[in-house]
Amino acid sequence: MKKFLALVMAAVMMTALLAGCAGGGNNAGDAADNTTGNTTNNTTQNDTGSADDTTGGETAAISGTVNTDGSTSMADVMAAFQESFGDIQPDVTVNYSGTGSGSGITNVLAGTVDIGLSSRALTDEEKAEGAVENIVALDGVAIVVHPENTVTDLTIEQIAQIYTGEITNWSELGGADAPIAVIGRDAASGTRGAFEEIVGVEDQCVYTNEYESTGEVIGSVAGNPNAIGYASLSAVDDTVVAVQVNGVAPSEATVADGTYEIQRPFVMVTVEGTELSEAAQAFLDWAMSADAADEVEAAGCVSPNA
Amino acid sequence: MNEQSLYSSSAVPKQKSARRMGKAGGRRPLESVMQMIFFICGFIAIAFVLVITIYLIISGLPAIREIGLVNFLFGEEWASTAEEPKFGILPMILTSIYGTAGAIVIGVPIGFLMAVFLSKVAPRKVANVVRPVVDLLAGIPSIVYGLVGLMVLVPFIREAFNTAAGESLLAAIVVLAVMILPSIISVSETALNAVPREYEEASLALGATDIETYFRISAPAAKSGIAAAVVLGVGRAIGEAMAIMMVAGNVANMPNLLSSVRFLTTGIAVELAYSSGLQRQALFSIGLVLFLFIMCINVILNVFLKRDKEG
Repeated sequence: MKKFLALVMAAVMMTALLAGCAGGGNNAGDAADNTTGNTTNNTTQNDTGSADDTTGGETAAISGTVNTDGSTSMADVMAAFQESFGDIQPDVTVNYSGTGSGSGITNVLAGTVDIGLSSRALTDEEKAEGAVENIVALDGVAIVVHPENTVTDLTIEQIAQIYTGEITNWSELGGADAPIAVIGRDAASGTRGAFEEIVGVEDQCVYTNEYESTGEVIGSVAGNPNAIGYASLSAVDDTVVAVQVNGVAPSEATVADGTYEIQRPFVMVTVEGTELSEAAQAFLDWAMSADAADEVEAAGCVSPNA
Repeated sequence: MNEQSLYSSSAVPKQKSARRMGKAGGRRPLESVMQMIFFICGFIAIAFVLVITIYLIISGLPAIREIGLVNFLFGEEWASTAEEPKFGILPMILTSIYGTAGAIVIGVPIGFLMAVFLSKVAPRKVANVVRPVVDLLAGIPSIVYGLVGLMVLVPFIREAFNTAAGESLLAAIVVLAVMILPSIISVSETALNAVPREYEEASLALGATDIETYFRISAPAAKSGIAAAVVLGVGRAIGEAMAIMMVAGNVANMPNLLSSVRFLTTGIAVELAYSSGLQRQALFSIGLVLFLFIMCINVILNVFLKRDKEG
């Protein structure tokens, strides 16, 4: 009896897991329909609940829930968006969960969320599956070293050589005679994916240490004079120094005009042919507009729509 | 939990039977209601163990089947998101074994001598001050151990050995050794306290010195309890994740004292958040392997405890 019960519970958990993993194919379409249905239901319920408060207020007050899911690098941007959009449309709840760019794209294609968040450009395969790219911000990936390090200018080629293990001592780059500690992110990180792709060192990196968050990378570099790491430009603080790449220092201006080469887009992913709920559409339109540029900049990124 | 059952194995049954005698004739309905509650609580615990076990097996097996058991357990390379992903966890298995063995090698002698000190050598007043301090050590959250290791130990290792980064197997071993001290000390001390006074008095009467008595008489008489302490330490060390994630560097290299390593536990923790597909399934498989390790350790622990009760 106990075993049976346990089996049933395990089976339920497995089903839930599998459902979460379901990728494209037939399921995706069904799931998408379901989600749209649910969102509409929520909207109507909220409308009846709060109709008295909203009518007669702002001109186009809408309500509902927008579920977004994906890149953890976009946490700062999303936090700023959530706060400001909350002032404009107080009855719209924007949910954000950071699960990684890959799963954000998968989930929006499967229809389990309204908007997927990706911190890299979409691949051709993803576009072929119907994913639509809406670039809301540009983010530079800064190469950071300890403040005591005398090396402050690197070429992309040198960075590639450091990360593939061809250069192992700072003296080869004109610095002190000390071994280089190569710090990076875990294998599934969007920042790591973006960095390795831009620098051209995919799957060839020889890391000294790997960490599961940007904060730990910064902390590790700040505490180790031998270290070099990479992190989202918005996460760089004054405990570390961001080096110049090909002679260009990373800043909002150099990212926006494209001269700083290690940069990536922050993308809100939607699905072609799937109609967004009223609330989700309003949120996306606002995020793509010049009104959101201040929030993008407040989060340390550069707005392409300013 | 094991510690508690060891402490209380002799004392609790007597209290229970006394209580039962005192109230047996009293309020029957309340009695049966409480019995139901006890039964349900006990059942919940068992159900959780069963659910977790079955869940781990069900979710851990598919990846092993896809990768192949030999490739999975004895593969020397872990590259879970590469173009051609490789899922070999031998580096993590060896790291977990070496790391735990290292922690035992450092922690057990210190812990055992500390237990002898508390149980036999120290004046009662001193022991009464030291014992709560040891208990406090057991209550420190593991992330604090990791933090202190990261701020103090890691830079020290980097400068002492002139390596690129101080995050290493050595740092993890030292942190683990300190973390397992409290359990080793308290379980060994309980075992030493349980040695009949007559043994020691007889030894002293025959002309042995105090030190000879502690090591030749008390320690052998308490040996199965001390062995239980060691196994308990192994169990704690092999299951620890948070503290060593901060000091071990987390790259799946073959274990080397001064290089960055990844344990079975940290292997799951580092990648789980952003993983997907076969990679995520493989992480569950690592969990299954770790689970089997800990099952073995618990079986060994129970053998020692049983022998302790009988002997």
